[in-house]
Amino acid sequence: MAADPLDDYIDSVAMALGLTVEEGWRPAVRANLEVSLRLGRMVDEFTLPDETEPASVYSA
Amino acid sequence: MSTQPDAGKTAPSDGMSASDIALAVAARKLSAVEITEAALARINKRDTVLNSFTDVTAERARARAREIDAAIAAGKHAGPLAGVPFAVKNLFDVKGLSTRAGSKINRDLPPAPRDAMLIERMETAGAVLVGALNMGEYAYDFTGENVHDGPSRNPHDPTRMSGGSSGGSGSAVGGGLVPIALGSDTNGSIRVPSSFCGIFGLKPTYGRLSRARSYPFVASLDHLGPFARTARDLALAYDAMQGPDPDDAACTTRPVEPVADLLAQGIGGLKVAIAGDYFRKNVFPEAQEAVAHVAKALGATETVVLPEAARARAAAYIITTTEGASLHLDRLRKRPQDFDPAVRDRFIAGAMVPAVLVDRAQKFRRWYRARVLELFRSVDVIVAPATPCVAPKLGQATFTLDGVELPVRANVGIHTQPISFIGLPVVAVPVPLQPMPIGVQIIAAPWREDIALRVAHALEKMGAVAAPSPRGI
Repeated sequence: MAADPLDDYIDSVAMALGLTVEEGWRPAVRANLEVSLRLGRMVDEFTLPDETEPASVYSA
Repeated sequence: MSTQPDAGKTAPSDGMSASDIALAVAARKLSAVEITEAALARINKRDTVLNSFTDVTAERARARAREIDAAIAAGKHAGPLAGVPFAVKNLFDVKGLSTRAGSKINRDLPPAPRDAMLIERMETAGAVLVGALNMGEYAYDFTGENVHDGPSRNPHDPTRMSGGSSGGSGSAVGGGLVPIALGSDTNGSIRVPSSFCGIFGLKPTYGRLSRARSYPFVASLDHLGPFARTARDLALAYDAMQGPDPDDAACTTRPVEPVADLLAQGIGGLKVAIAGDYFRKNVFPEAQEAVAHVAKALGATETVVLPEAARARAAAYIITTTEGASLHLDRLRKRPQDFDPAVRDRFIAGAMVPAVLVDRAQKFRRWYRARVLELFRSVDVIVAPATPCVAPKLGQATFTLDGVELPVRANVGIHTQPISFIGLPVVAVPVPLQPMPIGVQIIAAPWREDIALRVAHALEKMGAVAAPSPRGI
């Protein structure tokens, strides 16, 4: 059983994507994911109008 | 002719600017072959310390130089960069070389069949490619360190970082090996090495310069641009590389807008402001000193606040880590052991970021762009730190910013990321502090590279900024 709740998530996503996360890599992967999720929360908690277009919108 | 004395000068062209080289070659005072041989000699001598080159294309360069001399002898115009040696970050395709992009894995690729578009345009202008340059693996780096090729080293202190990810580009120009180099900037990878190595760097507007036949990192944020030892050389290279290109989906269809002839216009009438709030936090004293120095020289006293800059940096981080992971997903599955472990572990984590956060980051990008563009209704230029500190020691893993210990590799670009996130043009200008130089960002509105370059040139003319001669080799 994973030691950290995030480890369960890492194991599940790794399996879904066909990625290998060796035990020696896990602390660094977890640390990087924690940073990304913390920064992602900053983006997530900012309220935007529903009509906001993503910057990646394509112009034909 | 030289703008900077060079202690290691042995050939007439050592230390010459690109513009002076082009004038001397066109006037047949020096030959392109002489210039090229001198550049190759400098690389041979100094790169044993700097480790900035991964490939030296000596025979190709000699052949190109002979062509230029022959053209001039025949009375033809050889171009505004006639005989100017230059080199490129090794993510640019160079015909005949595998485009390694700082990686071990890409060395297995077949040799590139054609040069990158920007190399072709530089050579059309008369420049001479002399090689490919070291970089952080797959451009996911701010240090200039590379586990496969060794670190490129800082020309002012080889025990320090060159900066990344275009570390070899910064090191080669800062060390006086070549007057111009090309690099890429996704989150700061031109501006950070420019700052650490004490040179000028231009990150143009997103979409200004073609990325065709360069190895990508984050398509939403990737830019290419030049490094040089003077603002004029930066403008000459930039002018030579402009133009639409259907081979890059993001490349503008705007006409070429040359800048070199505008530099002498000066900066009268331009309104300059200092970036406040976020950009005054997380800096060491030397970065504060450099910004204050440039602001004083420009007579800038007003402060503007880029709204939600910390969140912009966070959104850039999310887009970077996820798009980068997507690019390398198959290699992460098949050859994870062949990555730099630090890069691999960041990419694997990036693959695990929920997609909804990426979509929200792209929507926030749209919002943030609109708010920042409003600022440019009342100011022409915004001044901000390029890096929070001078070049750290090689191998230094963390530094302390505002009392918090943070990883160097991920945080050197905290002041560059909110700017490239919305593609604003920036010239990084070098403030030659002792013992190490540091850069300042001169930021303009989209498509106004001319303004940023005019300000850089004016600062140089007034003696406020300069590329110091290499102090460490």
